[in-house]
Amino acid sequence: MQKYSVFSLIKNALSNHENWEIAWKDPTPKSEYDVVIIGGGGHGLATAYYLAKEHNITNVAVIEKGWIGGGNVGRNTTIIRSNYMHDENGLFSEFGMDLWRNMSQDLNFNIMFSPRGIINLAHSDAQMNAYSRRGNSMRLNGIDAVLLNREEVKKLIPMADFSENVRFPIFGGLMQPSAGTARHDAVAWGYARQADSMGVDIIQHCEVTGFDVVNGKIKGLQTSRGNIKAKKIGLCVAGSTNILAEKLNMTLPIETHLLQACVSEPIKPILDQVVTFGAGHFYCSQSDKGEMVMGGDLDGYNSYAQRGNLPTLQHVLTEGIAMFPFLSKLKMLRTWGGIMDMSMDGSPIIDKTHIEGLYLNCGWCYGGFKATPASGWTFAHTIAQDRPHDLNAGYNLNRFSTGHLIDEKGLGTKTWIS
Amino acid sequence: MLYIKCPYCGLRSQNEFSYGGDATVKRPELNKEVSDQDWDNFVYLRKSPRGKHLELWQHISGCRQWIKVERDTLTHEIHQTFKANEI
Repeated sequence: MQKYSVFSLIKNALSNHENWEIAWKDPTPKSEYDVVIIGGGGHGLATAYYLAKEHNITNVAVIEKGWIGGGNVGRNTTIIRSNYMHDENGLFSEFGMDLWRNMSQDLNFNIMFSPRGIINLAHSDAQMNAYSRRGNSMRLNGIDAVLLNREEVKKLIPMADFSENVRFPIFGGLMQPSAGTARHDAVAWGYARQADSMGVDIIQHCEVTGFDVVNGKIKGLQTSRGNIKAKKIGLCVAGSTNILAEKLNMTLPIETHLLQACVSEPIKPILDQVVTFGAGHFYCSQSDKGEMVMGGDLDGYNSYAQRGNLPTLQHVLTEGIAMFPFLSKLKMLRTWGGIMDMSMDGSPIIDKTHIEGLYLNCGWCYGGFKATPASGWTFAHTIAQDRPHDLNAGYNLNRFSTGHLIDEKGLGTKTWIS
Repeated sequence: MLYIKCPYCGLRSQNEFSYGGDATVKRPELNKEVSDQDWDNFVYLRKSPRGKHLELWQHISGCRQWIKVERDTLTHEIHQTFKANEI
């Protein structure tokens, strides 16, 4: 594989960039693999990469119905953070932060990781208390957290509405300085390129149509490009999890819901951090191109549409304008939607299943992108060793029947309620 | 914008409604022994189909009645609406 560097850039510039090697191959599926990963998104490609890198398992295929990186890894708002209160979420995400920091070097692909910090705004004394508690929990787990008062927030984001007579005045905020953003497509492409170079087959435009399960053991799968035998199969299909689960006669604690995001026209640099509104669900950052990148609530009803409706977008942007009044002057450049695998406690599932050789990675709700490396790393471990790693042991499937929920937001079982 | 035909009030925009989830889920019967599996099914497990989905909505900014809506989760087309006790 060609190494990307300033020298390869100069060399290829001399030949008008016409001689770059292809980044990954386009193989036809083999008849048999040791591991098949279904879903060529960030999590699936990362899993394949870590299977090869950490566990030396390279007879692997990643099967993707569309094209790699065309699902949620290409549709998110690129936020990376580990500002969780619960141990399971905090330790898992902070492990991921270390992978994020080294990812560009590890993958030899510039993922443009930008640890610019995230500020969660607080709008009441009670919320300041809650953030203080969360910040302390984070610091106990080795995650950086800084509680900011109103004046400190004002120094960082003076363009926010600091007037006294607003409905939700800014009391302060909780900041994780090491959080940030990354170039989301590059994450998928970087993992794909490295996995491919280590022998993983990335098979695009290949839809899974059925599974072969014999005596409670997975034997293979049927696809639109033929039958494939597999010793182990991992599901990494986010919002499509229930569609595949139905083919396996499984019912999961997952509902598929629609989440929208949008970007404004590009403007000069104004916002250095990622900022979230504390009295609703709205978050905002500014991309390197200058666009304001914004998102918030689910549309609120089960959907596989990958496109949203206007009422939710209006509702979300109303919150945005309450926080940053200047947003009302901007034109919207693009809006889009993705389908989220909403779990019933708001936390993910990375686990074995009752079918031997079948592994499940789903339930990412709003937070799939930032979890990409940690999810891939722990899922690869779970598949290779046939048991979960300590980091994802809490993300088991049977926690719903045993009552060991990880309900970070305290939302209860209807995570789609906004 | 979704337009939902409330069986009591007629066609109204989605802004007047709030969503109540899968309408096919049955609560285990009262005063009977309920297994963990039955509770699991009722509280957590959902089919979440792609295609036709029978779901509960409440006309919260209207007549406040709960209704059932048969809607396609892929196209968002609404096929039929019912009073909650109708089916």
